[in-house]
Amino acid sequence: MEKRVKNRVAKSVLLHVVIYTGAFLTLAPFLWMVLTSFKGINEILTYPPTWWPKEFRFENYVNAFQAASFGRFYLNTFIIAIACTLGQLVTCSMAAFAFARLRFRGRDALFLLFLGTMMIPGQVTMIPTFIILYWFGWIDSYQALIVPGLASAFGTFLLRQFFLTIPRELEDAAYIDGCSRFGVLWRIILPLSKPALATLAIFIFMYFFNDFLWPLIVVNSEEMRTVQLGLAIFRDRYVTQWDLLMAGSVTSTLPILIVFFFAQKYFIQGITLSGLKE
Amino acid sequence: MKEKSKKLRATNRSSRDGFSAVLFLSPTMIIFSMFIIMPVLFSFYLSFHNWNMFSSQRDFVGLANYIHMLQSPDFWRVLKNTLVYTLGTVPLSMAVALAVALVLNKKIIGKKFLRTAYFTPVIVSSVAAAVIWRWVFDPNFGLLNHVFRLVGLPTINWLNEPTAAMIALIIMGVWKSLGFNMVLYLAGLQGIPEQYYEAAEMDGAKSHAKFWHITLPLLGPTTFFIMIMSVINSFQVFDIVYVLTQGGPLGATKVLVYYLYENAFKLFNMGYASATAYILFAIVFALTLLQVRYMRSKVHYTV
Repeated sequence: MEKRVKNRVAKSVLLHVVIYTGAFLTLAPFLWMVLTSFKGINEILTYPPTWWPKEFRFENYVNAFQAASFGRFYLNTFIIAIACTLGQLVTCSMAAFAFARLRFRGRDALFLLFLGTMMIPGQVTMIPTFIILYWFGWIDSYQALIVPGLASAFGTFLLRQFFLTIPRELEDAAYIDGCSRFGVLWRIILPLSKPALATLAIFIFMYFFNDFLWPLIVVNSEEMRTVQLGLAIFRDRYVTQWDLLMAGSVTSTLPILIVFFFAQKYFIQGITLSGLKE
Repeated sequence: MKEKSKKLRATNRSSRDGFSAVLFLSPTMIIFSMFIIMPVLFSFYLSFHNWNMFSSQRDFVGLANYIHMLQSPDFWRVLKNTLVYTLGTVPLSMAVALAVALVLNKKIIGKKFLRTAYFTPVIVSSVAAAVIWRWVFDPNFGLLNHVFRLVGLPTINWLNEPTAAMIALIIMGVWKSLGFNMVLYLAGLQGIPEQYYEAAEMDGAKSHAKFWHITLPLLGPTTFFIMIMSVINSFQVFDIVYVLTQGGPLGATKVLVYYLYENAFKLFNMGYASATAYILFAIVFALTLLQVRYMRSKVHYTV
């Protein structure tokens, strides 16, 4: 009997060791990035590598910001990510309301078509969208980075599923009191959907903050670069300047890490909500 | 009387629904028709033409782009690289994710921290992650070769040798996708009723028997979903390739989307690139159909 207890303890200890080692390995590249970002280039390029910096050089960050206009890249990224997030919250909740609550001919077929667009890889629409934007004269502008991102099937689907779980009685009462459909959406459905809206907002924001391929295609000038594009080009230019590169990487990951740590719950909720509920 | 007026209002409401629907759907519909519906059709049309997008001359070439692609050794090589990347990343990432999820589903101290730790790579941008990994893979000063030296293994010139570069890409791919799969597996595990395990324990089942006969079969739908999603995602891999290896060395890590990107936006072969995009579309479409079919046959598997 005692042996069994001992066995169980040993097993549990082993599990802890393995799982924490795995977690450390997963986080090691980040830790190393942060620590390296404070080292001088001479310390970086010595063997064997040091973990803890001999001296903390905050100048690396200043230098990185001087070498590339990360401030500007940030401004661009925030403008784009916020515009797309707000835009999608509006368009998606309106469309979701139509699919969840309004009765009109061809609704289910249209919804199916909508869902169908989710399986079109972005690379298929990328080329023609680029050409269309080129004809509009929108290449290298905020419009090119924002307008195609103002609606999404994913967001509409997510919100529709959530709206369907809200009981109808409240709305019926509102309609009897003469409330319009827009009023019902605005005053009843949306306030009840705050968790779903928060989840969606975080998803969209993260998506546009991290998006790389689209800015790579439509941006030419330095002042229109986003953080990710700026970092990629920065890497091409300062291939071996690891002090600057690491400072740049930290700069471009920090905000998203902060957002994630505070809003984790919504994020994980969103994945399970969209992934497993059919 | 009151009933009647209520009913009247109700029918009145549904008859006006059509008009409202148009209003509510129009913003999304305008964006969708301009940036999804029209481009999908346009892209299909372009795949039968030769066009550099700047000239006014756009020649109809029939199936020539597709034929040229299927005869091009470059295309097959790129497809092979994509497959190797997929086969290297997906099973490994899924297996580790399942293992981590199983452990996190037990009595473990610091569950929340661990879940966050494993999930962090998912939310960090591929670009920043690839910059970090370039440094980890650095042949002289990188973390990985340092560890290799410490344990007495020969060092590897990770990003400059064809096979090693693909392995490096796979390592990073697994690292980046693991957390996402883990979260899905955790959700799947929480959906398995505790009674099953209790019943099995009463019958004297050992823990590995419980895993093979209860956990794994009941995770079937989750596993299938993750597999299809992961395969689709790895067929579309681009960002990490662009920053980590630029498709090199000698094209060893050039994948389908990278090839498409080069053809479209470096060489401006819009027709040929569109044809490549359609091949990718066909692959993704087939995989999605597989998923839908499976879901239809298995939905009632769990209680």
